[in-house]
Amino acid sequence: MARRLLCIWFPRLASQASLRQSPAQGPFALTLRRGNSDHLHCLDPLAEAQGLSRGMALADARAICPDLTTRPADLMAEMQALSGLRRWAMRYSPLVARDGSAGLAADITGVAHLFGGEEALCQDLQDRLLRARLDGISAIADTRGAAHAMARHGGGILPPGQVSARLTALPVAALRIDHGTAEALDRAGLCRIGDLIAQPRAPLARRFGQGLLMRLDQFLGHQPEPLDPETETPSFGTRITLPEPIGLQSDVAAALQRLLERLCARLAAHHRGARRLRLELRRVDRATATAEIGLARPMRDPARIAPLFAPALSQIDAGFGIDALRLTAPLTEAQAPAQIALTAQERHQDALADLLSRLGNRLGFDAILRPLPADSLVPERSFLLAPAAFSQPGKWPAPSLRPLLLGGPEPLQAQSRSGTPPGSFGWSGRVLTTLRAVGPERIAPEWWLDDPGWRSGIRDYWQVETRQGPRLWLFHTPQAPAWHIAGEYA
Amino acid sequence: MDPDDTDPFRLIPARIHEAQGQGRHVFAIFQAARHGGPVFWIRPVRSRWTPYPGGLPKGLPGRLHLVRTRSETDLLWSAEETLRAAPAGFVLAEPERPLSLTAGRRLQLAAESGGTTGLMLIREGAGSNATESRWHCAPVPAPQRGMATQRWTLVKNKRGLLGDWLLDWCPHDARPRLLDAAELPGVALNQL
Repeated sequence: MARRLLCIWFPRLASQASLRQSPAQGPFALTLRRGNSDHLHCLDPLAEAQGLSRGMALADARAICPDLTTRPADLMAEMQALSGLRRWAMRYSPLVARDGSAGLAADITGVAHLFGGEEALCQDLQDRLLRARLDGISAIADTRGAAHAMARHGGGILPPGQVSARLTALPVAALRIDHGTAEALDRAGLCRIGDLIAQPRAPLARRFGQGLLMRLDQFLGHQPEPLDPETETPSFGTRITLPEPIGLQSDVAAALQRLLERLCARLAAHHRGARRLRLELRRVDRATATAEIGLARPMRDPARIAPLFAPALSQIDAGFGIDALRLTAPLTEAQAPAQIALTAQERHQDALADLLSRLGNRLGFDAILRPLPADSLVPERSFLLAPAAFSQPGKWPAPSLRPLLLGGPEPLQAQSRSGTPPGSFGWSGRVLTTLRAVGPERIAPEWWLDDPGWRSGIRDYWQVETRQGPRLWLFHTPQAPAWHIAGEYA
Repeated sequence: MDPDDTDPFRLIPARIHEAQGQGRHVFAIFQAARHGGPVFWIRPVRSRWTPYPGGLPKGLPGRLHLVRTRSETDLLWSAEETLRAAPAGFVLAEPERPLSLTAGRRLQLAAESGGTTGLMLIREGAGSNATESRWHCAPVPAPQRGMATQRWTLVKNKRGLLGDWLLDWCPHDARPRLLDAAELPGVALNQL
């Protein structure tokens, strides 16, 4: 069976996507900054009727059309709009790929009869685009190159096997070749594709490169050109619409239970577990309330997730009632299927994760920390505090003679001969006298890191026992003479 | 009532205890090292001191979870929630304000239902009457170099006698070494 390719070109995708977000009056254009000046990136039909064109400098455009409304182009939003259209076009074919920045290519081989033939398919497509107020030109041909060229030159449907017979009048620029090559071909008098086909191949390749012949062969179907459809990332979201608005907490909890079961089944099918869940409740007056929870580890067990929503649900103002609920998992992680028969160890891990989830949803997940070993001799940097829900315990070296508690260094009001700890000093409202001191242990700053706390240079650490009892860790900075308390042994 | 007379520092499990005094953190770390399972240390976010993993007893840094709370209510809620959860092995909390009888009783009930032992590190005199036992801990100057001498006094005990001990314990040591008052000139133990 001959392949049939559908190409859709959206000549005004960026401006129309922007206008859908927020409408504007009069001629409208998106501008893109290139080099030192703004240029028109995408125009609407009104602006085109005024004689403006794509790529024109904004200053010139303003001179021609003073009441032009412009907005800066958002290439990211344009790409998102196209990927949304790509998902929509999956209704016509399972294989849909992007074709340039404003086009789609779909393989509709053996699909068209489902829509009642190719004409009906194109008509259906155009009707839907019209309803969405999007300009789109579609073309169906045997090869992707031909469909691409036709979509950008009027569109239409080419019956099978007619590429080399019917499309020879198209300009060479329709071959997806770069601008320079097209101009060079023009100068050589080869303006139409038909002229190219008639030429001997070897001189063409020598003069214009192999790329031109590849594009020509792809256009004519002598060289295969597969589509590269993107893999669909599964979206984890479920919704429920209610015939009557609900207002009771127990009703919302029951609806949530149903949503959770569906969502968790979908997560299980994709071997994933949720890390964050968001519940959106749409009220009758169109306002939306949201409840969001985090999970201390990937999870897809409705019975364990539902209680975590309880505190958030009790805060929700139902107003005149809630008539639609939507549950999404914005953040998911891989979670392999596990056996149902849990060992005591796994049950313990689950219960610990539940506890971390409960704490994290009230205090914030960054408030539950776990120390992790770090490779540094500087005391403050010899460990990291990482959120416990997003880390695993590390392997710790054997303990050394270090204080139990570490504080941000406190300056000490004390005088001493350089080098040895002061005989007495004041600390937390008491005067302490030194009984014995062990040291010094010199630690040099890590010069490759600029730590403001270590600007005073090398430190000599002393273990100081006092007559009053407290055992402290003091340090002296010989390069900027001062004493500080770094930590406490007891 | 204490079934293990040879170990005076054993905390009765599934109850809340309190420690006060300058050396309460050492007592807390000593007790945390003796209890298995994950250790939760709940403290206000603006607290100046943090436990230094390099100096903690072997095995404790890997089990330690630090919970930082912004308010006293959050702290008590976290403590209650953690005590009520079965997987927690030992819970340390540092309330800033005096514990009311209600708060103490609630924590006690949470500890019982979760089977978790808790230790409140309180300021002097800021404890609750609901506590199972209260320890006063103070560091004592050591008679010789290399010793870390502590004086731990049991000032309240619901189910037994009070006591006063001098001991030498470093984080490396598995068990503390009890000292005699005679070894420490200038320190007199209360005869309780």
